[in-house]
Amino acid sequence: MGVVTPGFTGRARGANPRLPPGQYLAEDFPVLSAGPTPRVSAERWEFAVVTERGERRSWSWPELMALPSEKITVDIHCVTQWSKLDTHWRGVPVDALVGDLETAADYVMAHSYGGYTTNLPLADLLNGKAWIAYEYGGKPLTPEHGGPARLLVPHLYLWKSAKWVRELRLATKDDPGFWEAAGYHDYGDPWREQRYQGD
Amino acid sequence: MAGTAVSGRLAWRVARLAEIRQETPTARTLVFDIPGWPGHLAGQHVDVRLTAADGYTAQRSYSLAAPANGDRIELTVQRVADGEVSEHLTGPYAIGDPVEIRGPIGGWFVWRPADTAPVLLVAGGAGIVPLMAMIRARREAGSKALFRLVYSLRTPEELYYAAELRRPYAGLDITYVYTRELPEGQSGIPRRIDVPTLNTAAWPADFGATTYICGPTGFVETAADIMLALGHSPQSIRTERFGPSRD
Ligand SMILES: Cc1cc2nc3c(=O)[nH]c(=O)nc-3n(C[C@H](O)[C@H](O)[C@H](O)COP(=O)(O)OP(=O)(O)OC[C@H]3O[C@@H](n4cnc5c(N)ncnc54)[C@H](O)[C@@H]3O)c2cc1C
Repeated sequence: MGVVTPGFTGRARGANPRLPPGQYLAEDFPVLSAGPTPRVSAERWEFAVVTERGERRSWSWPELMALPSEKITVDIHCVTQWSKLDTHWRGVPVDALVGDLETAADYVMAHSYGGYTTNLPLADLLNGKAWIAYEYGGKPLTPEHGGPARLLVPHLYLWKSAKWVRELRLATKDDPGFWEAAGYHDYGDPWREQRYQGD
Repeated sequence: MAGTAVSGRLAWRVARLAEIRQETPTARTLVFDIPGWPGHLAGQHVDVRLTAADGYTAQRSYSLAAPANGDRIELTVQRVADGEVSEHLTGPYAIGDPVEIRGPIGGWFVWRPADTAPVLLVAGGAGIVPLMAMIRARREAGSKALFRLVYSLRTPEELYYAAELRRPYAGLDITYVYTRELPEGQSGIPRRIDVPTLNTAAWPADFGATTYICGPTGFVETAADIMLALGHSPQSIRTERFGPSRD
């Protein structure tokens, strides 16, 4: 046990089995990002997947909208310790976008409008584990929350769910993204409290 | 957008409260002794962990308010009504009491004394904390980088670091924006930060300045949007968002 602070009793107890360690329930939806919110209009928007050999497949906004989408209800967990349960999204599964591209890559670097990057294992984006999400709570995703579209990888801390995502670059080697280069964990599993490097 | 490489595990260290400075009726600066502190950059933050007698813990982030002074660090905590951690730290928490702290964290929202570009700091409420660390780091290093500060606060009595900020010193210009109540004798009406304020206070967009904006989410969004509208590049604007937002 840690060092006891005299007189501190704490409040936010309610052992909720759906809350990973160290997380508390947020009723609102906090916004955290490293810079100003990019405003990307749907007309200007484009999303691409690029393989390690440079093969590129891209979608315009109408093209993305034409793909079969899924309704997703998931819990989300931010490294700054808030979690939200049963959040509702709509998006296109990453499986449908990486689809039949030929790749030997094990890793992905997600790139965003605005320059943000984050690295993930490719396996964590496939088999129904991740989406390019464009609706939140039944409404178009607002710019603050990554609109028009963001990556949604609910089983990892939310910084992995790159807002304003524009490209997934497949790679055979794992390089750190923006926060990872600044000391955050390479993988970011909330259930193992992988906040910072070495956790 | 390159960060600062940090390697190795971030250890929890035991810190003890050494000194309290009341900044306002609802905010206090806590000075800690923290043996083995590795040092930090202005703008970085720490995680603070409180443990109750039964083992329950609560953890929150707080910005470092001043450059490191050996094994001493300073945080400034604003009491949030009904806040689990801030109410303890601004209330019963007393000299000699331990907490656990780990850090420093964050490699993007930082100012380094070697940076010579002009700087605009935009603070909303408690958002002054990491920006004050930058002002203090500049002074300590004898930096000649030109600094401007725009500090938005509700009323004059919510001014943090009042004695220090009221003492003028070369190279730092301050603009106060009062949103509820003006200081006695000042004419005008309270207002929120707006385009004319930042248009006057900000460096011209082509000066190669860096802008640091910190405060509650809505404040940061507004200020950053204004800076973009004034022609500043997204890369020149760094933000730190403190608080929750309502959808
Ligand atoms: C990187 C970073 C740096 C920070 N630096 C500082 C700092 O230097 N000084 C400082 O005082 N705080 C700072 N904060 C905010 C701090 O981490 C806590 O959120 C704050 O102290 C409230 O915690 P609590 O446990 O008292 O409140 P909680 O028990 O978590 O919340 C109680 C109620 O207050 C609301 N609430 C929580 N936080 C805020 C807030 N910030 N503003 C308004 N309402 C809120 C909650 O939604 C809830 O309804 C920082 C946050 C981050 C992410």
